[in-house]
Amino acid sequence: MSNSSSFAVEAHDLVKVFPRGNVRALDGVSLAVQEGTVLGLLGPNGAGKTTVVRILSTILNPDSGQASILGHDVVKEAETVRRIIGLAGQYAAVDENLTGRENIRMVGRLSHLSRKASSERATDLLEAFGLTDAGDRVLKTYSGGMRRRLDLAAALVARPPVLFLDEPTTGLDPQSRQDLWGVIEDLVAGGTTVLLTTQYLEEADRLARNIIVVDHGRVIAEGAPAELKATLGTSVVAVTLNDNEMAQKAAALVASLSDKAPLVDHNTVELTVQNGPKVGADVLRTLDAAQIPIAGLALREPSLDDVFLSLTGHKSEAETDEQRTARMSKGAKRRPSESETDGRDAA
Amino acid sequence: MTAITVPTTITSPAPSGHRLRWVIADTLTVTWRNLLAYTRIPEALFFSTLQPIMFVLLFRYVFGGAIPIPGGVPYVDYMMPGIFVQTVMFGAVSTSVGLAEDLQKGLIERFRALPMARSAVLAGRTTADLVRNVFVVIIMTVVGYAVGFRIGTGVPSYILGLLILLAFAYAMSWGFAAIGLAAPNSETAQVMAFPILFPLTFASTAFVPIQTMPGWLQPFVAHQPVSVVVDAARSLMVGGYYHSSSSVWHALLWIVGLLVVLVPLGVWRYRKTS
Repeated sequence: MSNSSSFAVEAHDLVKVFPRGNVRALDGVSLAVQEGTVLGLLGPNGAGKTTVVRILSTILNPDSGQASILGHDVVKEAETVRRIIGLAGQYAAVDENLTGRENIRMVGRLSHLSRKASSERATDLLEAFGLTDAGDRVLKTYSGGMRRRLDLAAALVARPPVLFLDEPTTGLDPQSRQDLWGVIEDLVAGGTTVLLTTQYLEEADRLARNIIVVDHGRVIAEGAPAELKATLGTSVVAVTLNDNEMAQKAAALVASLSDKAPLVDHNTVELTVQNGPKVGADVLRTLDAAQIPIAGLALREPSLDDVFLSLTGHKSEAETDEQRTARMSKGAKRRPSESETDGRDAA
Repeated sequence: MTAITVPTTITSPAPSGHRLRWVIADTLTVTWRNLLAYTRIPEALFFSTLQPIMFVLLFRYVFGGAIPIPGGVPYVDYMMPGIFVQTVMFGAVSTSVGLAEDLQKGLIERFRALPMARSAVLAGRTTADLVRNVFVVIIMTVVGYAVGFRIGTGVPSYILGLLILLAFAYAMSWGFAAIGLAAPNSETAQVMAFPILFPLTFASTAFVPIQTMPGWLQPFVAHQPVSVVVDAARSLMVGGYYHSSSSVWHALLWIVGLLVVLVPLGVWRYRKTS
């Protein structure tokens, strides 16, 4: 019950096994979120991000480990915790058949605000989220971005000091994503503590003060975005060759220039190094001497994607907008994502 | 954006006293939400009202003529209590489907993270279905009258009959709620409800006298809850040859028994589904 710590959210050694399929969703996850900051929980599908959020928001009990929100245990004091948290999910958990205003009022009433307070709060929040005009329309008529905003608005009805956002921008177009990021930044500026799960490294980079990377239910890295990038070296040298065969050959030749193994992706070779310009020149010389033609050379700062790749051995599974557009146009169904998997496992 | 800034200090939690008051308030909020949702899909409302009307017409004009019944009353009088029970039983499937949908859409997830009463999600759903059933039996009474049904007893007795079958439907809703929570999605919830629905509704005294059925089937038909409730409703609505005080008491016993079993079952299922 100590409220003295500056951590609004603390979790120690959380373990959760879903009996169906014997999935070890969480295998000893610990984390802490400083009051008034954003912690980014990063990881691919199925890493356990949503399970962490569901435990912290009292929806699911951990098999072992403890977690507390502002000093209140999420299992023993679940009811108190529910009064101080807000939850907005990846699957805009809103009622399609109600209007935006009715949705917010419903959540207000169920958060035990008075009828009057719920109505006033609905009006304020609709305005703050640019939904005043759409407020009395049934949600079926809302766009994806509007739904997410409404979902977030509903999570804020009771002015929770701690907010959980589970992949808040997954599936949104770039503009809506930018808008939502602005809203989250405003909230944090106002003192809210946020735990945000995301597959988008760019999102964590922009919003989070600290980042935790999870994979297969374990924390595999943590730190400030800059620290994580620094662990990788200061720059990435990317050489583009004519084809994959050439790339493999080139990778073998330049491997000795970096203490990290070169990464080959199709016809590009990437080296993460401390001294980019010098290594770049070395790469050119080495390949020229071996008479391997170079199609392109680039020098860049490592992105969180690079961090992710080097930590997990696989790329972040967030698809690009182009990929999504291509998939949608084929009429394929939405890819099952982590929370769906978790949800069914848990059911 | 001043409206979305929040204080860093915790807003002092509301006093947790008056627990029952919150259970009732939360249940009413969820009921309100469910009833509102009904009105937002007028098509569903229209067709779910049309279905029982079609059953009345079907049994009155198509099957009715071929079904001889004892007691010297017109078949329309015999069948109306049966159709009432069949309708509310079929209506209870919407409890399954509605909850499965809420689960699928993540709405229940949101409810779980709110400081609301745990029981309110199910209580609100079943209460909304009860309110809907009240409208359904009123409409069916009107349609029944239009096709020749007449109350054989008296209005108070008839209303008592309606109350018994509404209470039965309410109890069954809790059972169907458990099915809805166990189902992977709303389509499956509907299919899962049918194997319970069909034998209970049709292997009953709702439409056909028990004497016409094979001997091995009769004990089941005579004692299963739908028959007992139909017999009770018939006793209170038609009377005369069909008067049977014991079936009324049996029906009440069944309703209490079902509530005692199905309410905890639904709540248990709700707690388990996380």
